[in-house]
Amino acid sequence: MSHSYLQLTQVSIEFPTDNGPYIALDNVNLAIAEKEFISLIGHSGCGKSTVLNIVAGMHQATRGGVLLEDKEVNQPGPDRAVVFQNHSLLPWLTSYGNVELAVKQVFKQNKSKPEMHDWIMHNLELVNMTHAKDKLPSEISGGMKQRVGIARALAMEPKVLLMDEPFGALDALTRAHLQDSLMDIHSNLGNTVIMITHDVDEAVLLSDRIIMMTNGPSATIGSILNIELERPRKRLDLADNEQFNHYRAEVLKFLHEKQTKIAA
Amino acid sequence: MLTTPSIKASLLKLESTETMSFYKKFRLPGNTGNKFIKVFIIPFLAFLIFLGLWSASASRIETSLGKVPGPTQVWQQTVSLFNEHIAERKKENEFYLRQDKRNAKKLEKNPDAEIKIRPYTGSPTFIDQILTSLYTVMTGFIIASLIAIPIGIISGLSHTIHSALNPLIQIFKPVSPLAWLPIVTMIVSAMYVSSDPMFSKSFLTSAITVTLCCMWPTIINTSLGVSTIDNDLINVSRVLRLSWATRIYKIILPSSVPMIFAGLRLSLGIGWMVLIAAEMLAQNPGLGKFVWDEFQNGSSNSLARIMVAVFAIGLTGLLLDRVMLLLQRKVSWDRNAVIR
Repeated sequence: MSHSYLQLTQVSIEFPTDNGPYIALDNVNLAIAEKEFISLIGHSGCGKSTVLNIVAGMHQATRGGVLLEDKEVNQPGPDRAVVFQNHSLLPWLTSYGNVELAVKQVFKQNKSKPEMHDWIMHNLELVNMTHAKDKLPSEISGGMKQRVGIARALAMEPKVLLMDEPFGALDALTRAHLQDSLMDIHSNLGNTVIMITHDVDEAVLLSDRIIMMTNGPSATIGSILNIELERPRKRLDLADNEQFNHYRAEVLKFLHEKQTKIAA
Repeated sequence: MLTTPSIKASLLKLESTETMSFYKKFRLPGNTGNKFIKVFIIPFLAFLIFLGLWSASASRIETSLGKVPGPTQVWQQTVSLFNEHIAERKKENEFYLRQDKRNAKKLEKNPDAEIKIRPYTGSPTFIDQILTSLYTVMTGFIIASLIAIPIGIISGLSHTIHSALNPLIQIFKPVSPLAWLPIVTMIVSAMYVSSDPMFSKSFLTSAITVTLCCMWPTIINTSLGVSTIDNDLINVSRVLRLSWATRIYKIILPSSVPMIFAGLRLSLGIGWMVLIAAEMLAQNPGLGKFVWDEFQNGSSNSLARIMVAVFAIGLTGLLLDRVMLLLQRKVSWDRNAVIR
């Protein structure tokens, strides 16, 4: 029996195509501890999202599998909440309504109406969005939408928070702001997080470990980098921190020397 | 004056950066910035020109019912149809008043007397006929919506059902109401046998024909709206483990509401067009029957009266479309979509 919180064992997945099966992932092994912050980094098309989708239960591994607290993952569920890249808020519901949908579904048995309301407001507060609780997604900025998306995921009280390039579509300043918020939330709540990113700085700043993936087909884990920077981390202090820059260089080397994408 | 070479020169310039200045120099009156002129003056002028052309050409055409009526005659008939309506209402009121008085007198003499309350049996006026048409089209349209929206949802959810239904929908969609009507008439006569009918047969026939002709756009649009739902939203519902019913009610339906309403609007437009033909043949006492009766009547006023009906049909259709547009705007969550 494995004793890690989240365990990926020999995960492989094949997609049927007209030219025979396409092996997207091959033999991915990863043990994640509780409260750990993990980043998946790699070139596009390397199967990062597929790993996340398998953990989320959206895809089923062809071989191998995922255990969360020693239970097999075989379908999506709110214990593995997903923050999608393009926020995926329901456009006809307000910020409050979007979080409410999740809260009502997850806590319908064990929270009373006022408790639910408090819990919704609490989660909107975590991401500083209480001022826009009655706004529709079309009325708020991209960064704000992503904040609501995070609030919705957090409100499910997930065992693992899965984030698929959560800040990929945002401008640099907004992204930095949201990264700081995420660091705060992570240090306060101690969530276990798996985040996909393309951004080397983001990966080093936020993660405990960076999982670097090789290029597909048959993508797998190329290398794992432990980030032993003191928390809480401050963006400005780290800017000329030698260790930080070393980690950055390590990831960049992996991406641009060992795994140069041929037809980029 | 623009000569041909100068137009050519200007057109050549068009391809360069001077496009805007070219349009500013030679723009048509419709392109002026003044909103008042655009919204009121231009349509008004266009309408006047239309009336002028109509008036000029109508008087030159001689039919067996006299000259084709111009705007003046049509306006006179509009007024006269309206006056007939007022007169008829007055007669009706008087009839009921007389009846009430008679009955009151009877009761005064003998409290146990049997009193008769007879309904007024005057002929329907033009206004009554518009209302009957509206009632009929709404009945047909509501039945069509009740059938079409669920079918559309099911066919949008399932590829199998979609491929099963699609050929049938494509075949029945272009069928004219005139082809449906005889079949509907026969079926209604055979099936709807009642000694005390709630609806007249002609009403049912017209309404069902409207239903048959106008349900297709709603089915197609609903199905499209449901099947093109954003995959991320489906993933959200999977992560939340929403039940089948909740998924439809909370995610799929709201997401396709704008498309459903776009379909409903098309359907109602078709329904109104179909209704006139259906009423004409089914002899349902609405605008279609009015047009047919006037045609059969063949008085010197008939053509003018039919033209009044043409305008009434057009204006009512426009009104129905505007109401649907308002509804569509109200329910559409997609604020970026331009709905016109």
